[in-house]
Amino acid sequence: MNLEKVIFGFFVLLAATLNFGFFIGPLNDPDVHNVYELFAAVVVNVVATVLKLGDRTQIGAIHLATSLVASLQLIAAGILWTYATQVSTAGLTPEATASVVSMSAGALFANVVSVVLLVIETVSFQRR
Amino acid sequence: MGNPLLLAWFRLTHEDEGHETKGRITPEALALSRDEAADPASALLLFLRRMRYPLIAIILIFSVSVVGLTLIPKTEPDGTVVRMSLFDAFYVVSYTATTIGFGETPFEFSVAQRLWVTAVIYLSVVGWAYGIGSLLALTQDRSFRRAITRRHVSRKVTHLPEPFHILVGYGNTTRRIARALDDLGRRFVVVDEDESRTSSVDLDDYRADTPALYGNARETRNLVLAGLAHPRCEGVLAMTDDDQTNLDVTMTAALLRPGLPVIALTSSREMAERMRSFDAWFVVNPLDRFGNHLRILARSPAAYQLMSWLTSPPGTELPARRQPLPHGRWVVCGQGRFADEMVRDLQDEHVPVTRVMGGASALARLERSQARERKEPEASGSGPSTVGGPRRVVAPRRGRSRSCTRRTWSRPSPSSRPRTTTRRTCGCSTRPRA
Repeated sequence: MNLEKVIFGFFVLLAATLNFGFFIGPLNDPDVHNVYELFAAVVVNVVATVLKLGDRTQIGAIHLATSLVASLQLIAAGILWTYATQVSTAGLTPEATASVVSMSAGALFANVVSVVLLVIETVSFQRR
Repeated sequence: MGNPLLLAWFRLTHEDEGHETKGRITPEALALSRDEAADPASALLLFLRRMRYPLIAIILIFSVSVVGLTLIPKTEPDGTVVRMSLFDAFYVVSYTATTIGFGETPFEFSVAQRLWVTAVIYLSVVGWAYGIGSLLALTQDRSFRRAITRRHVSRKVTHLPEPFHILVGYGNTTRRIARALDDLGRRFVVVDEDESRTSSVDLDDYRADTPALYGNARETRNLVLAGLAHPRCEGVLAMTDDDQTNLDVTMTAALLRPGLPVIALTSSREMAERMRSFDAWFVVNPLDRFGNHLRILARSPAAYQLMSWLTSPPGTELPARRQPLPHGRWVVCGQGRFADEMVRDLQDEHVPVTRVMGGASALARLERSQARERKEPEASGSGPSTVGGPRRVVAPRRGRSRSCTRRTWSRPSPSSRPRTTTRRTCGCSTRPRA
């Protein structure tokens, strides 16, 4: 067992699960989307991105690309949430919640691709 | 031709000719050079890989600080409990951890919050120290610096605008060749596996900017990086003091770039044959060459003078003509390839030769025995006789010539093999005769 591989898999999977946890629920209901979960998703996605840096293989490059997409989308979701709660006078309206959650849905898609890549990598390694 | 004016002139006058590529660049060589061209990114990759854990540490310290700050409540004087939003906490941690320190926003902190911020300050200092420390360690790292210099060399070689040679090995011989090439206005790339030598290329102060690659030339990728697959590469000079390396360079050049002129150095006949079988354009055996020069000198000092003048670097004064070699029996002391070559060359010139195995001490023994046997009748012989160990074979003495100087040549190539000297004795010992 390679500890580095464990950490890598852990962060990739945790990024996807946290993202999913934030996304699940009605799109425009602010009560079912916890902002701390969004924060954790951002942090874990950024960590996963950093873990994927410096891999020169083709699959490593795609890994990095998916993580970058997920991180950027989640950071955008965070900025939208900050705008809604701090700047906008209306506060966290259903519309604002919907835009934050749909941003995280986009990130979730990228994270799913990342997990699929991880599985493909593992399966192709086993076949050899 | 490092001079831009000269270069412009060269381009103007030679434009119609274009550059003729020496040899055939095989597809394998092209593929290797493409790989090498992609390789310079390895410095960046190494950087990113080494900075992974410091970056993760900083991210985690930041996030823990932010979450901690939002969780700590503050009770206002009127009894209401307020918490920082995630954004406010991120803002506070950002300016605190980066040592900017705007103060307490958006409201005055409670004691518990101040306690946490104190911890955040020290944690972030630890994070930065780890990050910056790793960064500094990376810049001192051998492999990282090597990757950076390889990148520089690769870029310089790729953009060499003029025809160039690859000099493998940067010893005294190569340094003189490099100087001569530089004087002629030619460009070259140096490859050596000794870092102190490659770094001395900069100090040697050539007119043109000379890329120097630190690496073993037996590795194909190093030769390719030095420009073996470059269309402007004119030739390879394998000049290391290791015959095997020179042979490998010859082979690599012959396989990757058939037809490219290769000049190889070796001190062994078998190695020279192997190099020739790989189409080495020219094989230099310094031991053989020294003997040849001696033969030319023995035949005609004027021819020797002309030859050494023609083969010396441009601008050399006509060297003084040497005295003709004295005639008589020669004694070659020592064993090994150089002595073999000397004996062979002298015999080819029909010079009587005595071979003394065992160096200077054997010569002293020989001289003692000569002095003793001078009283006895002369025993003559024209073929080579061998003196080994305690057995004494006498080199026959000749009439005392006018010039009984003892000449000593040191071997021509710098090498670690046992020193061999060639001396001419004219039958007289160093001690005064009775």
